[in-house]
Formats: sequence, C-alpha cells, structure tokens
Amino acid sequence: MAEIIVVTSGKGGVGKTTTSAAIGSGLALRGHKTVIIDFDVGLRNLDLIMGCERRVVYDFVNVLNKEANLNQALIKDKRNDNLFILPASQTRDKDALTQEGVQSILTELSESFEYIICDSPAGIEKGAQMALYYADQAIVVTNPEVSSVRDSDRILGILQSKSLRAETAAEPVKEHLLLTRYNPVRVEEGEMLSVKDVEDILAIPLLGVIPESEAVLKASNQGEPVIFDEAADAGKAYSDAVGRLLGDTVEFRFVEADKKGFLKRLLGAK
Amino acid sequence: MSIFDYFKTKKTNSASLARERLQVIVAHQRGQRTQPSYLPQMQEEIIEVIKKYISIDNDQVKVTLDNSDNCSILELNVTLPDKG
Repeated sequence: MAEIIVVTSGKGGVGKTTTSAAIGSGLALRGHKTVIIDFDVGLRNLDLIMGCERRVVYDFVNVLNKEANLNQALIKDKRNDNLFILPASQTRDKDALTQEGVQSILTELSESFEYIICDSPAGIEKGAQMALYYADQAIVVTNPEVSSVRDSDRILGILQSKSLRAETAAEPVKEHLLLTRYNPVRVEEGEMLSVKDVEDILAIPLLGVIPESEAVLKASNQGEPVIFDEAADAGKAYSDAVGRLLGDTVEFRFVEADKKGFLKRLLGAK
Repeated sequence: MSIFDYFKTKKTNSASLARERLQVIVAHQRGQRTQPSYLPQMQEEIIEVIKKYISIDNDQVKVTLDNSDNCSILELNVTLPDKG
C-alpha cells in the first residue's frame, strides 16, 4: 500500500508545486518509488517544474475517461528511475475530476508505488478537495505572511472535516507544516513572522523551513527540482525535510541570520 | 546597516502586529469550524419564538455549543430589555 501525501496550502503562489517536485524527487533519490500527480486541472505546471513538459502525451483526465491507461500517461523522470509524474489536463476544468475516478487511479498506483504525492491546486474548491480527500498525510505549505497563514488554517479545517479519514472517523490525516520563503534576517529585524510564531498559530508539527533562495527560480527556469541542487540552501533544506518525513531527526538549518562582525556592521556591509 | 542607523529611532515591529492579528482571526475561524452546521438556523428559529412574546433584537440572543468529554452543552443566553 502506498502512502498518499497531499501538498496543499489554500493560498496560491506559496510553493506547492516547487515543494511537490522537491519532496517527490527527494523520496525517489532515497530509493522510494514515487509518483507525483498534478491535480491542477486546467492550469498544469508540475510538468514545467519537473522539466518534462515536452513529453506529455496523455494526462490524468485521459486516464479518468479511459482514453488512455496509466502506463501511457505516466512520465518517467530522466534523472531518477524511481520517479514518475502524472500530468494534469490543460484543456479541461476541475469538473472533469470525479471521486470514483480519482479513487480508482490512486488504487491502481498504490499497487506499484510507495509514495503518491498529490500536488493540490490553490483554493478550497473541488480540485483542492479532490487532491486532499484520500490523503494519509498532508504537507501544508505556508509563507510567513498573514494571508498565507490564515489560508493554511482554513485548509487544516477542511482536512479535519472533509477528508476520507475525517468522514470515516479513521485515524486523522497526519499534518506537517512546511514554511517556505523564510528570511531569517527580516525575522531578526522584526519584519517577518518567525518559525515559532507560525508554529504557535497553526499548532501542527514542523516538517521543514525553506529559506528564500535564488536557487528556486533558477531551478524552475531549468526544469530541475531544486532538491537536485545539492549546493543550494533551499535544496539542502528540502533534503532535510524529506529525512524528517521518513522519520529521521534532523536539526533545522537556515533559520538563524548569519552573525555579522562588528566591523562589517559599522561599515554597513550586507 | 551603517553607523548612522544607530542614531535613528527603532522602527515599530510589524511582525508582532501580524502575529496578534493572526491569533485573533485564527481563533475566530476555529470557533466557527467546531460548531455544527445546523446551529445558525436553530438560532434564527429560537429568536423567532422569543420574539412572539418579548420584543428583542437578534444580537440579544447568543447560542453556543460546548463539547466536553462525553456530553455537549447547548447554552442559550437571552438578554431581556429593561421593563417599562
């Protein structure tokens, strides 16, 4: 049986697809057979972030409508044999998703994969609800910013009331907080919510803190998930988060600002 | 930051303002989350019944549902207007 993990946030633009690509790749790099599903029907982007946009032939909705089988739609990653992508349809809308259809695809994928990562669309409508419905675990991607934190709390409410696990009173969906675009310098200056602030407000366990990093844009420009950039701070932070997801205890990095020397401060060096 | 910045007055801390605002809004959001969906409608109907006998405003009736270990308490609080 595969573990189904939804990457969700409520708010758009906080880094769901970047995170899905990085965490999925990270699991594959550690030897786990992983598939990442793009649930953003009509606005697919996972293929671009993964760098396989020119290899999309069939998509999620084609499989739902039995116009193609799963093996035809799955795209095997060129960097890692354990990694597969199921792209969203670009020409349809969210109404193409049905609960039975999603369930049958997830059941079939469960037979051959260890991890299924569901990349949720923004919002709390049908697409987002479909993405989280069958989840065993949820990674709630949050920016240290008021609207993102409020929307994360909203999506936590939906996980706790409208997921299959909630509806059947099974063991609740395991929730993880992933803080992205974190800037320790601004936190120190009192201009940005701290890790502790967001943890206190949302009250769910912290999976990782991804620093605001130039490497993320560079990675998306190249179509290579940022976790493959082993020298980058964001890549290392995602790798740490994958370790924690698998149960390791990993110390948090990139959460403190670099200490500047007295002379540097005096001269105003950045 | 240069030497001249030390003479400037310290800026207000906007992060703590964000934290305070979020604490309020999230607490409110969670309060709504735990209440059953029939509660607003029930509140409306209770107000209608009371209005038959006493003239009150809608905001003078508060209905809350508290869940403790193995029982739920429905609390109805009606503020009656002054006599006369």
